[in-house]
Amino acid sequence: MGDRILAIETSCDETAAAVVERATHVRSSVVASQIDRHARYGGVVPEIASRAHVEMLVPVVAEALVEAGVADDEIDAVAATVGPGLVGSLLVGVSAAKALALVWDVPFVAVNHLEGHLYAAFLEEPDLELPVVVLLVSGGHTLLVHMEDHGRYRLLGSTIDDAAGEAFDKVARFLGLGYPGGPVIDRLAAEGDPTAIAFPRGMLDRTGEDRYAFSFSGLKTAVVNHVRRHPDVSTADVAASFQDAVVDVLVTKARRAAREVGAKGLVLGGGVAANSALRSRWVEACEEDGIRPFVPSRAMCTDNAAMIAAAAWWRLRSDGPSPLDTGATPNLRLPLAG
Amino acid sequence: MLILGITTSTMQVGAAIGGHEGVLASVHSSRGKRHAETLTPAIDFLRRQARVDLDEIGCVAVDVGPGLFTGLRVGIASAKAIAHALRVPMVGVSSLDLVAFPVRWTPRLVVAAIDARRGELFTASYRQVPGGLQRLDDYRVARPDDLAGDLEATGEDVLLVGDGALRYQAAFEELSRVELADQGLAYPSAGSLVQLAHARALREDFVQPWDLEPLYLRRPDAEINWTTRDGRVRDGGVVPDGLPGDVAGPTGG
Ligand SMILES: [Zn+2]
Repeated sequence: MGDRILAIETSCDETAAAVVERATHVRSSVVASQIDRHARYGGVVPEIASRAHVEMLVPVVAEALVEAGVADDEIDAVAATVGPGLVGSLLVGVSAAKALALVWDVPFVAVNHLEGHLYAAFLEEPDLELPVVVLLVSGGHTLLVHMEDHGRYRLLGSTIDDAAGEAFDKVARFLGLGYPGGPVIDRLAAEGDPTAIAFPRGMLDRTGEDRYAFSFSGLKTAVVNHVRRHPDVSTADVAASFQDAVVDVLVTKARRAAREVGAKGLVLGGGVAANSALRSRWVEACEEDGIRPFVPSRAMCTDNAAMIAAAAWWRLRSDGPSPLDTGATPNLRLPLAG
Repeated sequence: MLILGITTSTMQVGAAIGGHEGVLASVHSSRGKRHAETLTPAIDFLRRQARVDLDEIGCVAVDVGPGLFTGLRVGIASAKAIAHALRVPMVGVSSLDLVAFPVRWTPRLVVAAIDARRGELFTASYRQVPGGLQRLDDYRVARPDDLAGDLEATGEDVLLVGDGALRYQAAFEELSRVELADQGLAYPSAGSLVQLAHARALREDFVQPWDLEPLYLRRPDAEINWTTRDGRVRDGGVVPDGLPGDVAGPTGG
C-alpha cells in the first residue's frame, strides 16, 4: 500500500507536482518555474513566490495527474515538502496536499526537502547500494552527508558562510552576468581558462573536526579583488577559474569523505549539481577511486516533486502517515542518526 | 446544494458546512496564527460532526481577503485543492463583506475594517438594502486617522465592525456618531460565508478553482521598491519582503 504517491513541492520558487510509484517509477513530474518573476530583483522575493504558488498549484497538480494517466482514486498517498524553505511558499503546498489527502481519504506524508534531494539519485538508479556519501549543493545548502541506510544520515560537514549556489549568484552579479548565476557562469566558463587565475581553495587543507566544512566567502572576495586590480581581465577566465576553485573543493572533500567512511558510491544532488564541470569532475574522481558515481539528470538535481515523492515512499514505510495538523518548518534540518 | 466555507484571512480560522437549510456545523478558532495546522483538522472535525461526506459538497466557498497574506493563502490553497479534487466550482467572498454581513439590519452606515498591519486598515462601507447589504465603495487600504476623518465627514451615524476597528479603536473613540461593534463580531464568520455563498450558488455565480484569486490590495514590497527605483536588493539568494503575516525564512535551494 501507499505505492503510488502524488507529491507537491513549493519550498522556494518552483511550483512542482509529481506522481511516482514505489520511489522508482516516475509517472509524471511537472515543474513550473517562477524564475522570470524574480530575475529583475536578483533573487527570490518571498511574497512574489508565495503568490505565484497559489496561482500555479492547481494547474500544476492537474497536469501531473493527467500526464501520469492515473485517476484521483488511484493515488495512495499525498506528500508535500514541509521544510526547509520559505515559510509562505511551503504553507501553500502543505495546505493543498493535506486538503487533497483529506478529500481522497489517503495518508498525508510530510517530507524534508533535503531528504528529497538525497533521494533524487535513487529515482534514476534504483539499485544504488548503501552506504553512500552525498554532496548536496544548491542556492541554500552545501552539505556533505553520510547516508548509512534509508533514513539514517550523518552530517559530515556544511558551509560556514555562503552556500555554493549563493557564491555563483554573487560572483555572477559582481561580473554583471545576471541572475541566476549558476547557468551563466557554467556557459561562460566553457570559453575561459580554468588555470588562468589561482583562486583560493577555502578550508581545503583542514584535517581536524572541520575537515569537511566549506567556506566560499573568501573566494568571492578574491574574485572581487582580482577584477578590481586587473580591470581588463577576461571575464570568461575569471568565471572558469572561479568555477574550478569551487568544483575542486567540492570534489576533493567528497572523495576524501567517501574513502574515510568506506562508501560504495558518491551521490551528487541539488541545483549546483547541474554544473557541467562539477558533473564531469565527479565522474572522473569516482572512476579514479573505483567507486560508483551517481549523478542525477539535470531535471532531478534542481527542485522537483518526484524526489519528494521518492523520499515520501520511504518515510511512509518507516514512520507511517503524518498528522493533519502538520504545518511548515522553515528551518527544518536533516533528521540525523544518533 | 451543500457548501463548504473556509475563512482564514484574520487571526481566526473558520470553517462551516451548510446549504438551503442553513448552517449545519461550524468551527472557529482564533488561538494564534497557526492557520495551516488548524484548518485541515477543523474540516475533518466538521464533516464528522455534520455527518457529511466530502463527496456531497457541491461548492467550496472561500474568504478571498483582504487580510493576513499567509493566512489567506492557507485557506485559498486548501479551498482550491478541495474544489479541484471534488470537481466542484467555487465562490469567493471578501473578508470585508463577511464582517459587515452579520450587522446588516442596522439603518446606520456600516463600515468594515480589517487589520492590515503596518498601522493600516483594509476597509469598505455598506448600506442596508432589501435582502442584505450594498457595498458603496471600493475595497481599500487606509490609515486609521484618515478613515476617522472620512467617517466624521459623512455626518452620518456609523457602525464600525472588524478586528481592525478594535485594534485602532483609539482613532475612533472621540467620534460621537461612530460606534464600534464588539469582539464577537470582529472576525469573518464561516457561517456568514456559507450563507452569502449559497445566494451566489443559486444564481450559479461561480468561479473555477484555477481562476479564483486572492484580494491582496497591496503589491509585494519588492515590486513597489522597484518601480520607485528604491530597490534595496540584499546580497544573497532571498530578497527580504516583510508583509502582513509574513516571515521570511531561509531559501530552500
Ligand atoms: Zn532544493
